[in-house]
Amino acid sequence: MQKTVTSPLPPRDEAYNFAYLDEATKRMVRRALLKAVAVPGYQVPFGSREMPLARGWGTGGIQVTAAVIGPDDTLKVIDQGADDTTNAVSIRRFFARVAGVATTEATADATIIQTRHRIPEAPLEAGQILVYQVPQPEPLRKLESSEAETRKMHAWGDYGPMYVRLYEDIARFGHVATTYSYPVLVNGRYVMSPSPIPKFDNPKMHMSAALQLFGAGREKRIYAIPPWTEVKSLDFEDHPFEVQKWDEPCALCDAADSYLDEVITDDLGGRMFVCSDTHYCEGRRDAGHRGRLLGTDAGRALTRNEE
Amino acid sequence: MYVAVKGGEAAILATHDLVAEMRRGDPAIPELTTGQIREQMSLAVSRVMNEGSLADTDLAALALKQAQGDAIEAAFLMRAYRTTLPRLGSTVPLDTGAMAIRRRVSATYKDLPGGQVLGPTYDYTHRLFDFSLNGATGEQPATTLADTPLDTRMPRVPDILGAEGLMEPETPPEGDPRPFDLTRDPVEFPADRDVRLQALARGDEGFLLGLAYSVQRGFGGNHPFAGEIRLGEVPVELVPEELGFAVDIGDLTITECQMVNQFKGSKHVAPQFTRGYGLAFGHAERKAMSMSIVDRALKGRELGETAAYPAQQDEFVLYHSDNVEAAGFVEHLKLPHYVDFQGELELIRRLRRELDERIAREAAEAGVLAAVTQ
Repeated sequence: MQKTVTSPLPPRDEAYNFAYLDEATKRMVRRALLKAVAVPGYQVPFGSREMPLARGWGTGGIQVTAAVIGPDDTLKVIDQGADDTTNAVSIRRFFARVAGVATTEATADATIIQTRHRIPEAPLEAGQILVYQVPQPEPLRKLESSEAETRKMHAWGDYGPMYVRLYEDIARFGHVATTYSYPVLVNGRYVMSPSPIPKFDNPKMHMSAALQLFGAGREKRIYAIPPWTEVKSLDFEDHPFEVQKWDEPCALCDAADSYLDEVITDDLGGRMFVCSDTHYCEGRRDAGHRGRLLGTDAGRALTRNEE
Repeated sequence: MYVAVKGGEAAILATHDLVAEMRRGDPAIPELTTGQIREQMSLAVSRVMNEGSLADTDLAALALKQAQGDAIEAAFLMRAYRTTLPRLGSTVPLDTGAMAIRRRVSATYKDLPGGQVLGPTYDYTHRLFDFSLNGATGEQPATTLADTPLDTRMPRVPDILGAEGLMEPETPPEGDPRPFDLTRDPVEFPADRDVRLQALARGDEGFLLGLAYSVQRGFGGNHPFAGEIRLGEVPVELVPEELGFAVDIGDLTITECQMVNQFKGSKHVAPQFTRGYGLAFGHAERKAMSMSIVDRALKGRELGETAAYPAQQDEFVLYHSDNVEAAGFVEHLKLPHYVDFQGELELIRRLRRELDERIAREAAEAGVLAAVTQ
């Protein structure tokens, strides 16, 4: 059995400005953010800087976080819902090094949560900021490859082709065959990509108390959903939007209301389903909820780092 | 500040050590110095300076050493560093006509003012291994100086054609505004030429080479002639605001290529030659030539040509030629995607189940029908 190990985060590196970016760049990003908040769902071009992390690895989210973070903030970073995935660890260490801020895994304790591919299960509160890492900000890109054209489509509210695509899915498969990056209509005006979160998370964006900021570094776009904004997943009256469901609850914490990851346990088809939001799962287990495989070898393989 | 170490964090720390070990290789072999890289791997240094958008041979050599010779990783290091550097000012435009020439060739004229200067080139070497390079020879290669120095002023070929009115004129836009800086501001499309040239200058050599080749082979309407390629040193001058006159701040080694292209003219433009322009830090002929061919292809819109091929489409070329961005996005596929994949798994299982159910249902109905008709 492994014991809990602790290691120091890197100390604050004084060679760099607080939160890495220089103040003029932060001001530029904040201006873009203000515009984005003022026009919910609209993609604001910004002078995305080259960062010491690779494009596609969260440079947009990192620049947004760097522009809004202050010394008193508490930062949580998740990838796939988990705090301990390698890139989440890498980004958390980056901010510990260049900003020296407090970090946490507790969703409720964080003032800023940077995320890739998930929204935490616990409802966010007023005053919290959720920063999304966005690989492709343009929801229409698969329908129209030209940026000049898609900007016109947004300006004109020309979203017919998107509905046609959804309709064609229904005609062929009986369902909309989009499971993540499921497009939403924000504030009744702009069709927006929610980033590659599973559509399971889309309803959490609607009327959220938290400020939601989206950064696409490589594509040089920022967009936002201010608190208490209407966010509607695109659908049809006779084919209403639905989220994924599982046949069984989380094998560790017995949650029936969370997004589950499938974990392959052997090469004979054995599998278990566990919460993708690791902090949510731990909180439930601490509160006494016990899943089917908690305490078994398979369960221990996933929880050993906590023991 | 302490947080619990989980699998990811311990692994990341360990991998940094492994990289350092792998980079060093066999400790019995002497370690490379950055000076050796700068002097003896100078073409690699040029490439890293170009794609890293930073003219500093020492840093480029360090980047190559740190990146184990991976040009794209080295360019990435250069860019992540340059993004933190303050901008002190803009230099006066380089006068490549005043270049201290080391090499200058033209394919359009047999001879021209200033002459053809072959200079250092691999063009006429036979690609046969020189096994004597296997060990350190310790010998200083012998070169001989020419009897007469080169002309101090060598006119550029497009200027010669321009004097006759055969070359499209290129004049700075009204007021000669400061060029766009794509590292500071987001690019908008259609992109103007200053933006395009800047993007091409930092674009991946391999990608631009492929695009230029596609233009030549038929995926593009132009037949280029290498009007001129020149390599040498040019002085860089800056006008400090408080002085008001130009100060020489050093020399830069650059490669310049001007491609001459046919143009049959259009309703409004007389037949003339058009130019494609390529400029690169250091000795980088393949890069400068590729850049100039793609630059010309991208000028199609201004000349009224249809953008039928990839090399003529600015969105395609500019979005995809940046190898640091491209590598980042392609390689981000290594990051976990299991949340999205779970969504796809659930969907494909459901679709397959529904198909099986429908086939079974239809088979059952067909069976009933067959029984009835019998």
